Amino acid sequence: MTEKERELLLLIEREGRMPAEKLAKMLDLPMNDVKGMLRELEERKVIHGYSAIIDWTKASGAEMVTAMIDVKVTPQRGVGFDEVAERIYRFHEVKACYLMSGTYDLSVVIEGKTMSEIANFVSEKLSTLESVISTTTHFRLKQYKHDGIIFDEDDDEDHRMVVSP
Amino acid sequence: MTNVSSSHHVQLSNAVDSIAPSGIRRFFDLASSMDNIISLGVGEPDFTTPWSVREASIHSLERGLTAYTANAGLIELRREVSRYLDDRFQTEYDPESEVVITVGASEGLDIAVRTVVNPGDEVLIVEPCFVSYAPLVTLAGGVPVPVPTFMKDDFAVTAENIRSRITPRTRALMLSFPNNPTGAVMNGGALQAVADVVKEHDLVVLSDEIYAELAYDEEHVSTAALEGMWERTILISGFSKSFAMTGWRVGYVCAPEPYAAAMLKIHQYAMMCASTMAQYAALEAMQSGQEEMEEMVVSYRHRRNYFVRSLREAGLSCHKPGGAFYAFPSIESTGLSSEQFAERLLLEERVAVVPGHVFGAGGEGHVRCSYAASMSQLEEAAARIGRFTARVKKES
Repeated sequence: MTEKERELLLLIEREGRMPAEKLAKMLDLPMNDVKGMLRELEERKVIHGYSAIIDWTKASGAEMVTAMIDVKVTPQRGVGFDEVAERIYRFHEVKACYLMSGTYDLSVVIEGKTMSEIANFVSEKLSTLESVISTTTHFRLKQYKHDGIIFDEDDDEDHRMVVSP
Repeated sequence: MTNVSSSHHVQLSNAVDSIAPSGIRRFFDLASSMDNIISLGVGEPDFTTPWSVREASIHSLERGLTAYTANAGLIELRREVSRYLDDRFQTEYDPESEVVITVGASEGLDIAVRTVVNPGDEVLIVEPCFVSYAPLVTLAGGVPVPVPTFMKDDFAVTAENIRSRITPRTRALMLSFPNNPTGAVMNGGALQAVADVVKEHDLVVLSDEIYAELAYDEEHVSTAALEGMWERTILISGFSKSFAMTGWRVGYVCAPEPYAAAMLKIHQYAMMCASTMAQYAALEAMQSGQEEMEEMVVSYRHRRNYFVRSLREAGLSCHKPGGAFYAFPSIESTGLSSEQFAERLLLEERVAVVPGHVFGAGGEGHVRCSYAASMSQLEEAAARIGRFTARVKKES
């Protein structure tokens, strides 16, 4: 990974919609170089996609409920946790799934329209899996900061004097 | 206010009477009276001080650390400054006797000038430069002698331009790289050539290195790190630009003990000490602020790249500034003076920039644009500057 590639990734991680022309100017590179770098990073699956950061609580009528579930599982001989994890993360309700160190094994993030939808998923789909020993469900109450973005920040006003030496 | 009848006859000192208010003032008043402007006229970061630094200062208040510190500043902070300068720029200063914490680099400049200048001494000032240098020299009874720099040299100062202005009365040289307003840097070779002239004539150098961390293409070289220069250099710097701490007013001066002790005398009578809560903030910045500072530097570099290219696309010629957060394009192709350009740009396109002449010799024909603004503001400002420039060129 070159330094320019790293900088490019950091820029689009922050603002995925930045056009190649603007990126090229910021990185002081020809536009075709930037387009080539992006294509190559996409092919190598360093870049998996481009998504928006959405505060669903503001999207009235489309609010989401999110739960983080600590899952203890029995690892399978030969494949360890991977196979159990796969059985879980393939459900489309599962937004994220991580193998964790510590007192439980998998951290599973579920999104649903209502709490009962999530409860149903946990009791019917997740808990019934043979390898799952236990689950602890935590509902998210409020989102303060996500992926480096502070929600509801009214602090972005410029407090500087308009002209200063 | 002026027609209050009074028996008092206002009596100003000749020194204060002889200096003019900053040329920036008029633009400040004009821009402040307007709404919805995009300001590229701001000489400070657009970041807020990192939270860890703010939090440390809050914590110092909670602990009741509200008394004076030692005149020279908290010893822990002086030790950190000393360690930092040695690590980053290979300049060694004894924290006990060669570092003084000041109320911003601004105070550092003042006490450095007052420490070395006798009435009638000439002080070479590399211009364009920060607005305070010449007035501070005048207030100290000295004679400011401008040494202009030019776009053809990327606004670096040449040894020859310094040499040709040296007289038997020349006492000191004031240098500031990376530079406000030009963004210029001095590479090691060019700085060495200047150092050779300085040594030959046994001058003192007041080196304002407040933008040292904001160097984008090459590592900053400190004047004090060059062979034979440490003993004749007063290094002035601070936390304002690199750690986005302008409002805290905390900086430092470093110099060999005789100079540092002399500056400390002025500082202790004039200031007592720098603000205690600001010193605790600065201490935290030194201890844990490096990573966030480096992120800010990368962000400035991206915006520098973007904005300089945008200015060129807008039809203005602009050198590539190696540091600070200013572009200093030439506006000569428009046929306007820098004052006219800045004023019309503000009134007609609502973009505030600062006319170059307020920064001294070599500044006329240029305007200072600070790119410490958001990308969307830079994008819009560049479009407006392009529109304005095209319109003015068509008029003539």
